[in-house]
Amino acid sequence: MSLKISNTVKDKVAVLSIAGEVDMFSSPQARNAIMELVKERVPKVIVDLSEVSYMDSSGVATLIEGLQLCHKYNGNLVVAGLRDNVREVFELTRLDKIFQIFQDVKTAKAHG
Amino acid sequence: MTKTIVLNLTSDPPLLSVMRAAVSKVCEIAGFDEMDTSKIILAIDEACSNIIRHAYKGKGGQTIRITCKIKPTKLEFILEDEGEPADVKKIKSRPLDEIRPGGLGVYIITSVMDKVKFADGMEAGNRLVMQKSIPKDKK
Repeated sequence: MSLKISNTVKDKVAVLSIAGEVDMFSSPQARNAIMELVKERVPKVIVDLSEVSYMDSSGVATLIEGLQLCHKYNGNLVVAGLRDNVREVFELTRLDKIFQIFQDVKTAKAHG
Repeated sequence: MTKTIVLNLTSDPPLLSVMRAAVSKVCEIAGFDEMDTSKIILAIDEACSNIIRHAYKGKGGQTIRITCKIKPTKLEFILEDEGEPADVKKIKSRPLDEIRPGGLGVYIITSVMDKVKFADGMEAGNRLVMQKSIPKDKK
């Protein structure tokens, strides 16, 4: 199934909202959307995962790549709104120590 | 008594969501709770993705057979393909302190499942057996 992806950029903060199941089929779509923002060197990218019902390691890999590219230009990529099963993937792979994870987009925006 | 279900799918990524729905039901029948079920789905999904990516080099239309056996004390999955045999000695997860995209599939599979065995010395194809114990209070 394809993902539904939308983004808004305001005051140097991008909110990338992803909806659907992120797996090896759909993760290239998420990657393309993140790469667009990285190309623009958006200082802060908030990836809203509240409508993501499933994520596998290819989805996580996409986010790692985005985070590393943001760091190259001193930007940042954070994630927000993780459902329990998606948070579990982050914890299982210990990426909860690498990513800043916020309860929701509002909280992520308020944090620096 | 062992209850068995066999899922046959082709190596096409859009079909992975169908596989996940079926595995979810199998886990429910076996008595796993929601969180264990989501982890098991993830492990089987990672294994299937590896088959598509490595055994079939991304080529669609190839055979993947998943045999699910619900036994009295454990749930067993046998994944078989007809792709390029993997060098079992080279299958390993990457260290988690290496922060880079990719290479997490095997780590997830071995973390989630209680027993994971890749058949060695296959002349053709691959066979992966994974087991997860059913919690005692769920039997």
